[in-house]
Amino acid sequence: MMKQVGSHRLIFWLTFIPPTLWLLIFLLIPLSIIGSFSFSEKRGLIDIELSWILNNYIRAADLIYLSTLIKSIGVAGITTVICFLFGFPLALGIASAPPRWKSILLIAIILPFCVNLLIRTYALIAVFRTRGFFNFGLEWFADLINVPFEPLSLLYNDTAVILGLVYVHLPFMILPLYAGFEGFNKTLLEAALDLGASKLELLTSIIIPIITPSIISGCILVFIPALGSYLTPELLGGPNSQMIANVIERQFMNANDWPFGSALSMVLVYLTFGILALRYLCFNNLYLDKNKRRL
Amino acid sequence: MKNPIIKIEGITKKFGIKNALEEIDLSIYEGEFFAIVGPSGCGKTTLLRVLAGFEVPDSGLLFIDGENMRSIPPNRRPLNIVFQSYALFPHMTVLDNIAFGLKVTGVPIKECYQRVKMLLKLVKLSGLDHRFPHQLSGGQLQRVALARALVKRPKVLLLDEPLSALDAKLRNEMRQELVRLQKSMGITFILVTHDQQEALSTADRIAVMNNGRIKQVASPTNLYESPSNKFVAGFIGSINLIKCEVRQIEGELCAVTTGLTKDLFSIKGKNEISVGQSYLMGVRPEKIQLTKLTDIDQYDNKLAGIINNITYLGRSSMYHVKVSGDENIVMNVSMSHSDRSENIDLCIGESVLMHWTAGSALLLEDHDS
Amino acid sequence: MKIKNNDKAPKVSLDYFYQWWFKVILCVTFIFLYAPILVLIIFSFNDSRRNITWRGFTFKYYEKAALNDGLIDAFINSLTIGIFNTLGSLILGILTALLLWRFRFPFKAVYEGIILLPVVMPEICIGVALLVFFNQIGWANNLPWPLSLSKITFAHILFSFPFVAIIIRARLATFNLEQEEAAFDLGASPGQVFTNVFLPHIRPALIVSGLIAFTLSLDDFVITFFTSGPDTITVPIKIYSMVRFSVTPEVNAASTILLLITLCAAGIALWVHRAKISRIGKL
Repeated sequence: MMKQVGSHRLIFWLTFIPPTLWLLIFLLIPLSIIGSFSFSEKRGLIDIELSWILNNYIRAADLIYLSTLIKSIGVAGITTVICFLFGFPLALGIASAPPRWKSILLIAIILPFCVNLLIRTYALIAVFRTRGFFNFGLEWFADLINVPFEPLSLLYNDTAVILGLVYVHLPFMILPLYAGFEGFNKTLLEAALDLGASKLELLTSIIIPIITPSIISGCILVFIPALGSYLTPELLGGPNSQMIANVIERQFMNANDWPFGSALSMVLVYLTFGILALRYLCFNNLYLDKNKRRL
Repeated sequence: MKNPIIKIEGITKKFGIKNALEEIDLSIYEGEFFAIVGPSGCGKTTLLRVLAGFEVPDSGLLFIDGENMRSIPPNRRPLNIVFQSYALFPHMTVLDNIAFGLKVTGVPIKECYQRVKMLLKLVKLSGLDHRFPHQLSGGQLQRVALARALVKRPKVLLLDEPLSALDAKLRNEMRQELVRLQKSMGITFILVTHDQQEALSTADRIAVMNNGRIKQVASPTNLYESPSNKFVAGFIGSINLIKCEVRQIEGELCAVTTGLTKDLFSIKGKNEISVGQSYLMGVRPEKIQLTKLTDIDQYDNKLAGIINNITYLGRSSMYHVKVSGDENIVMNVSMSHSDRSENIDLCIGESVLMHWTAGSALLLEDHDS
Repeated sequence: MKIKNNDKAPKVSLDYFYQWWFKVILCVTFIFLYAPILVLIIFSFNDSRRNITWRGFTFKYYEKAALNDGLIDAFINSLTIGIFNTLGSLILGILTALLLWRFRFPFKAVYEGIILLPVVMPEICIGVALLVFFNQIGWANNLPWPLSLSKITFAHILFSFPFVAIIIRARLATFNLEQEEAAFDLGASPGQVFTNVFLPHIRPALIVSGLIAFTLSLDDFVITFFTSGPDTITVPIKIYSMVRFSVTPEVNAASTILLLITLCAAGIALWVHRAKISRIGKL
C-alpha cells in the first residue's frame, strides 16, 4: 500500500532506521569494541589501552591456542561431514515422501530442535555416561550372547563432543537440503533416466550439482555454530576436548584478560566473514540466475 | 505393412479407483509419425509414461521392437522423450545437455561430440554449444530438447505436448520442422497432444483417446471424414448433431427422419445399422450451404431456419442458425466469404435454407460406447 | 486376454522414500534424536536421587522444583524476557521485512547479509561482544526488576528479529500486489486495505514468527550467560548451575517443565502454518 501513499520516503526511513539502529548498537558497535580491544594492551586490572599492537594475535598463534583452534575446526568439520552423511539421504527421502508423511517427518525432525540446547545436551549425558542407558543396553546384549562386558567410557572425550554437536545441529543440515530438494524439478530426473543414466549417475551428475547451493548453505549453517560452540564441549568434553569458545570464555570470566579474549573472538569473527565471503563468491560464479540466490 | 515397432496389448492402469488406461490395444509401425490426441485427463500422458517406463501398468503387455518391456527399466528402453517442460539440465551447457545421454551409455567422448555437432547442425543450433539453458529462447530450448533425445538414435521418439509452451507463429514453424526431422531421420515419432490441429497437420496416423480408452485410430483424413463415433466426430473439428431414426436402407444410402420436418434425409450408411433404431445425423459446418428459403424445392437434404448470430472469422464466417421446428437446435454453418452467393442476404434475423449432399452427412451411434 | 503383472516388474519410481536405506537412516536418526529426551522425561518421575536405575514413580521432584525459589524466579524472568522479546522482535522484524520487500536501495545485498549476521555469527562472539559493550558504556547493574532484564532482552531481540524478518518476508513474497490494487480500486482507504487485505495475509506468519521468537528466547544459553547479572538468572542458566552442581531428578523435572513450555509454543507454531517449515530452511 506504500506505493499509493505520498510519503514514500517517510516510510522508507521509518522501516529502515529502527532495525538498522538495533544492529548498529547491539551488534556492530560491540563487535568494533572487541575488535579494537584485540589490538589493545592490558594496563593494570581494569585499564585497557588501545595501542595498536599485534601481541594478542601473536599470542593466539601460540601452540596451545593454535592447536585448540585447529582442533575446533577439525571437530566442526567432522560434525559437518557426519551431519551431511545423515542429512542428505534423510532430506532426499523426506522430499520424495507422500505429502502427508512429508509434514509429519519434517515436524518430527524439527521438534527436538525446539528443545533447549542445554536440556538436550544434559539428556545425552544420562544416555552415554559409564552407567548410562547406552552401556546398559550393551551390557544386556553382551549378557545375551555371553560375552564379558566392560562399560565403554563414551563421555568426556572428543567423540562425545562430536556426537553432541551432531545431535544439536542435524536439523540445520536437513532443512536447507530439504528446501533444495523441494525446489528440484523431478522431471529432470526422469529426463536423465530416459537418456540412460543409472541411479548413481542421477545422483552424481544431476542431483548433487543442482543442489550444490543448498549443500553449501547446510554446511555453513552447521559448521559456523559448531565451530563456536561453547556448551557442548563444556558439558560433554573432557579436559582435553576444550574448544576455542571455552578458551574465550575463560579469558573473559576467569583470566580477566579481555584483550586476548577479544583477539580470539575476532579470529572466529574473521573466519565467519571469510566463509560467508567465499560462499558469496562461489554463488556469483555459479550458473544460477543471480536473482535466485538466497541468504 | 511394416512391422509394428510398438505393440500394446490390453494395458490397464489405475490410479486409486480411477481408470487412467483401460484395455489399451495399439500397434505403431516403424517410421510412422503417430499422434495421440484427447482432452486433458484422457490418459494420453499416462500412456506415454507407460511407454517410457515411468509407470508400471497394472496389467497388459508392451513390446518395443518385439521385445517385452515388462522388466526393462526406463534407462534401458530404446526410446527417448522430449518433455513438455523440456527438462534441460540447468547446470549443463547445450553441448553437455545433448552429450549427456551418450556419455552415460559409454560412447567415447570424441564420437560423442561428433554426433552432437552433427545434430546441432540438423536442428539449426550451431554456434550455441556453450550457452546455458537460461540463456536460450523458448524455440531454442525446444530444439535442444529435441536434439538431446534424437542424438541417441532411439527407435521411437516420444513427444509430450512439445509445442505447448511456444507462441502460435513459432508453433507452426516447429510443426513443419518436426515433420522434416521425422522424415529425414526415419525415426518413429509419437506425439502426444491435446491440440487436434497439431495432430492433423503432422501425423500419418492418429489415435483419439477419451476416458482412458482409445476411441479411434485412423489417418487424419479418415478421422475427419468418417469418424466412427460421436466423441471423435466432435473432438476432431466441429459437427452439428441431430437425432434421427433410420427408416429405410437402400444399398449404400439410408433414409432417416428427424422429427423436425416431414422430409426424409439420405445419409451414406455404414454396416450394422438396423431400421427403426435411433442414431445421430452429423453434418460438418463447412458441408452445409445456405440459400434463400424460396429455393426449398431444389434440394434433398434441407432444413429451414433463422440466422441467430454470426461470428466473423476472417476468411470465413460462422452462422448460427436456429432450426424452425425446434428452437433449441442451433446449427453452425461455416461459409467462406468468396463462396457466398450474391442473391442472398445473410444477416441476423434472416430466414434461410440449409442444405447438404447425401455423401457429406454422417450416421453416428447415439450412445457413446 | 489379461496378463497380470507380477512382482518381477521393476519399481521405476524415483521415490527414495520407499527405499530400505531411507527407513534405516530414519529410524536411527529418530532414536538418536528422541531417546535421550524421552529418558530425561521418564527419569524426572524416578524416585531415586541417583537418577540411574528406576526406583518407582513419584512427583516428588516436581514438588521440590516448585518449592525452589531460585527456580521460580528464573521461570518468571525467562517468561518476562520471552514476552518482551517477542514483542520487540515482531516490531523490528515486520519493519525489516517491509523494508526488504518494498524498497530497493544501494547495497541492499550487503544490508541483507548484515541482518543475518546475528543468526550466522557464533553465539560466543556476540556474547562476549555484548558483555564488553554493556561494561564499557557502564550499564547500571542494579536496576529494579523488570528493567534489570533489559540487557538480556535487548540481546535476545538482536538474534530473534532476523528470524521474524525472514519468515514475514517469505510470506510477503506471496502477496499479490493486485489484491491491494483491487481493494483500492473498489474504494478502500489505505487504512482499510492494511487491516482487511494486508494483515490477514501475513497473520499466519506473524503468529509463527512470534512463537519462534519466544522459543528462541526461552532456549538461549550462551548469549544470556554473558549478558546476565547475579540477579537476572534465567531458566537455562539456573539449570546449568544445577547440572554443574549435581545431576539429580530435580534437574530433569525443571527441564521437563521448560521443555513442555517450548514444545507448546513450537507445537502451536507448527500447527498454525506447516508450510512455513520448508521456508525456514531457506535461511
